[in-house]
Amino acid sequence: MKTCLIVDDSKVIRKVARHILETLDFTVSEAGDGREALTACRASCPDVILLDWNMPVMSGMEFLRALGGEPLPARPKVVFCTTENGMAHIRAAIEAGADEYVMKPFDRETLQSKLQIVGVA
Amino acid sequence: MSAAAHGQPTIDAGSAQVFAALLEARTGQRIAAARSWKFDAALKPLLQSLGLDRVEQLTARLMERHDTALADRIVDSLLNQETSFYRDAGVIETAAKLVHEQPAPARVWCAACATGQEPLSLAMLFAEAGGPMPEIVATDVSAAAIVRARAGSYSQFEIQRGLPIRRMMQWFESAPNDQWVAQPKLLATIAYRRHNLVTDPAPAGLFDLILCRNVLFYLAPHLREQVLERLAAALKPSGVLLLGAGETVIGQSERLRPCRRARGFYERVGAPDTPERLYTAR
Ligand SMILES: C[S@@+](CC[C@H](N)C(=O)[O-])C[C@H]1O[C@@H](n2cnc3c(N)ncnc32)[C@H](O)[C@@H]1O
Repeated sequence: MKTCLIVDDSKVIRKVARHILETLDFTVSEAGDGREALTACRASCPDVILLDWNMPVMSGMEFLRALGGEPLPARPKVVFCTTENGMAHIRAAIEAGADEYVMKPFDRETLQSKLQIVGVA
Repeated sequence: MSAAAHGQPTIDAGSAQVFAALLEARTGQRIAAARSWKFDAALKPLLQSLGLDRVEQLTARLMERHDTALADRIVDSLLNQETSFYRDAGVIETAAKLVHEQPAPARVWCAACATGQEPLSLAMLFAEAGGPMPEIVATDVSAAAIVRARAGSYSQFEIQRGLPIRRMMQWFESAPNDQWVAQPKLLATIAYRRHNLVTDPAPAGLFDLILCRNVLFYLAPHLREQVLERLAAALKPSGVLLLGAGETVIGQSERLRPCRRARGFYERVGAPDTPERLYTAR
């Protein structure tokens, strides 16, 4: 089973995403901000990370940069998943190393197709 | 509470028959009586936009005025127009490669293209591969679908389905109301036309690739056979036909057989023997 770490400060979004991911046969873990997510990655590196943009403590972009400096066994795929839906944000995220980008709100088909695109579903 | 609120069918048998007959006459699609409950949900947005409460009122309006524009809208509402970018991505990529192996200018027909994600998926691959751009003809029986396809404008949900973000960045612009619009230079590579697979002759000329995906299974077997005959006749001798995943020509056409160059595709019986390469996307 593939593993996914959901990084979002909203409990509701984490719950919705978890539900969808579990129906897609993922083992899911959660983090409420970038710092927690880094700790989680060090403990056990997921196959894919669903990453929110705006979060307290450490934002999605800060997390993405920090992740690049981590000595992880394999680099997880990173799918930004955010309400920042403008082209400038999308471009910045992809340039910073994100593999895919999902604009909220999303549905099951969208998430599934994005996970297929990055090769984890 | 009304029956509809409980999920019970509210459509009367007479209306269901009228709509089923209209759909069949226009598209060749047959809806079994057992599934006529689907009409309720499918017609709801149309009823709302016309300010009507009940399906019978729609039936009455259709029959009293002999309103062809209304008939079009009813048929559009009843058609399943589900599609997405890069649906069945592996075969779409193989299809583009097969087209590239053909002498230029290659010609492609996307039959039953719905709202246009399928021809655009191919157009992006062709443009990215460089070289002479194949001619793409994209058709659908639904006038509304063709209008939407021609506009190339997609909601946030539609644009995200199947389309890799880098391609979206390269080929689409954001527009007001959460819409994403294909760049004019991409849209300009596709000629959109209304076309009924069951009743209209194929677009003029022969094609290197024909896509006819996820529409034939709605047709009665004898109509499916007729459509396959027509598609076979519209292929160049070395052309290929792609159906939807799980659709087949086997047992339905004497003129088509599985393609030897690419799994999942079909070719004309008697196609030239040139199995240079074997693609196995599915
Ligand atoms: C489920 S969609 C498939 C779209 C696309 N080919 C795909 O596979 O994603 C089926 C489409 O077939 C169209 N259609 C139904 N009957 C048709 C007919 N008789 N001739 C042409 N198109 C038809 C519908 O309007 C609809 O857009």
